[in-house]
Amino acid sequence: MHVVVCIKQVPDSKNVRIDPETNTLVRQGVQSIVNPHDWYAVEAALKFRDANGGKVTAITMGPPQAEEALREVLALGVDDAALLTDRAFAGADTWATSLTLGRAVAKLAPVDLVICGKQAIDGDTAQVGPELAAHLDLPYVTYVRRLELVQGSRLRAERITDLGYEVVETGLPVVVTVVREIGDPRMPGLKHKMRSRKQQIPVINAAALGLKPEETGLQGSFTKVVRVFAPPPRSNREMLNGAVENQVEQLLKRLREARVPGL
Amino acid sequence: MDYFLTDEQEMIKEIAAKIAREKIKPVRAELDEKEEFPHEIMKVLGQSDLFGLYIPEKYGGMGGGVLENCLAVEELARGCIAVTTSFAASGLGAYPILVAGSEAQKEKYLPEIASGAKLAAFGLTEANAGSDAGGIQSTARKDGDHYVLNGTKQWITNGGEAEIYTVIAITDRTKGARGASAFIVEKGDPGFSFGKKEKKMGLRASSTRELLFNDCRIPADRLISREGMGFIITMKTFDLSRPGIGALGVGLSQGALDIAVEYARKRVQFGKPIISFQAVQHMLADMATETEAARALVYAAARYIDSGAKEVSKIAAMSKLFPTDVAMRVTTNAVQVLGGYGYMREYPVEKLMRDAKILQIYEGTNQIQRNIIGQELNKEYGRFKETFF
Repeated sequence: MHVVVCIKQVPDSKNVRIDPETNTLVRQGVQSIVNPHDWYAVEAALKFRDANGGKVTAITMGPPQAEEALREVLALGVDDAALLTDRAFAGADTWATSLTLGRAVAKLAPVDLVICGKQAIDGDTAQVGPELAAHLDLPYVTYVRRLELVQGSRLRAERITDLGYEVVETGLPVVVTVVREIGDPRMPGLKHKMRSRKQQIPVINAAALGLKPEETGLQGSFTKVVRVFAPPPRSNREMLNGAVENQVEQLLKRLREARVPGL
Repeated sequence: MDYFLTDEQEMIKEIAAKIAREKIKPVRAELDEKEEFPHEIMKVLGQSDLFGLYIPEKYGGMGGGVLENCLAVEELARGCIAVTTSFAASGLGAYPILVAGSEAQKEKYLPEIASGAKLAAFGLTEANAGSDAGGIQSTARKDGDHYVLNGTKQWITNGGEAEIYTVIAITDRTKGARGASAFIVEKGDPGFSFGKKEKKMGLRASSTRELLFNDCRIPADRLISREGMGFIITMKTFDLSRPGIGALGVGLSQGALDIAVEYARKRVQFGKPIISFQAVQHMLADMATETEAARALVYAAARYIDSGAKEVSKIAAMSKLFPTDVAMRVTTNAVQVLGGYGYMREYPVEKLMRDAKILQIYEGTNQIQRNIIGQELNKEYGRFKETFF
């Protein structure tokens, strides 16, 4: 089994500020970290490999320093890594990003399973995983909390939904995005960490992926960030008091008054 | 401070610090309260390759030495020394095999210990044999191609949790100190069981139990080295393990200092943070100075031992004695800096102070360490031909 895990280096959210003049993230002096949701993707990939054999390759698209993110996940026991970097990739939206990642996955073939975190904490779109599947013309399962290989060639996944969870079965290869419930990322191992420092990480540019400049980065993007703003605080908040039963009754009354469907 | 560590040694520190921060600190109060053995954390330490730091690569270890082990112990101890004692005690159980075991014993036991798949423990102390190891009453009698062990070991760290025990028993009482021998006993051996789990003042997440030997039959090839080598093996084991106890003291002190300084910077009394008062500043200054001195001593001792030096008992004893006395003072003063809050169980420092006390007692009381240092001085100076007057 060959599992590819996609990770992203993001600014440490604990220290992010928005420049009120330009409405963009102030990246200067902010430490970069591996997107927290991607750690679960890495753990899911390692668990899947540990259970079924094979290897895990981590890929990331980013500036040259994103190599550090790959070395961090190699220290957990990821087998291989590839860095997708090119000046032409800069400013990519989710479409251009997923197209680039898709080409890289194709280049790493044969691939049985692609795992992404559910979303990145900087953009919060949760689009790259599904779009990646679309570019690769593969099925996808989102918000997965459990992964299991059945009958040697099919994947059974439990995905969290608003109402509970669904069990989905699909053939391979498939793209999945995972949630925290898949399990906390393991601690780095000393042997893996020593290897991670020395391991050669291939660098792949747009040309190597057969991508034209107009297909990547800002040029290849269909969307553009026009403005970043904090939503205005919601008004008209009211706290219900008294015994719980009382609060429930009050709440029901108000919901009925507001003609909420089903009540 | 820069102690000129190698890249690999820095990596060991990074991994151990991450585990202390993310896996140990969040649960230390609960483990202490419930007196619960940290099984999950032991698993994590195994997966991170830390159990094998001092074990040669050919037995599945990382091929490091005492210093590498001390670096891991120090960082883990910043989280909790009860958890770290459980980790370090496995090394104490492994050292006799490492220093005196046969090739077959090393091949059989060291890889399992290095991977963390099995914990080890060391059994020396008995009800009437603490500082006076000569008072051991447990016996081992040769019976064909077996030995039969009888007796009770007391206060054995990792008792019941470990799978592999190195145990000292008397094979020939007429020979005194030369009549003790070291054996490997496995959990599940016939006639081997565990006594009650002790309730302790501190170090409560670690398991401390009796080992009961009741006509316990083990194959004769479980004898480590030869009959009569028990005390020599024990002394060699302690020479390697004592800097690790010092490292526990350094990590514990650093953890207490971290909290005390942070608190003193935030706590406002008389309109100022209390760190601006000399009475507090001087306490913190002494805590920091002694902690750094203890660290320097532990690293120096570990490096000297790892260099293959022959006579290391004195420096090993010093590297246990000083940092553990420092840890007692530093944790006591951390409680003082936090005042009433320090005494409350809601805050972490009272636990650090309760935990610190054991460091002055186990693996040879600090009085015994001073005896060793004094005796070594007597020997050392007896060899000098010149006068220093």
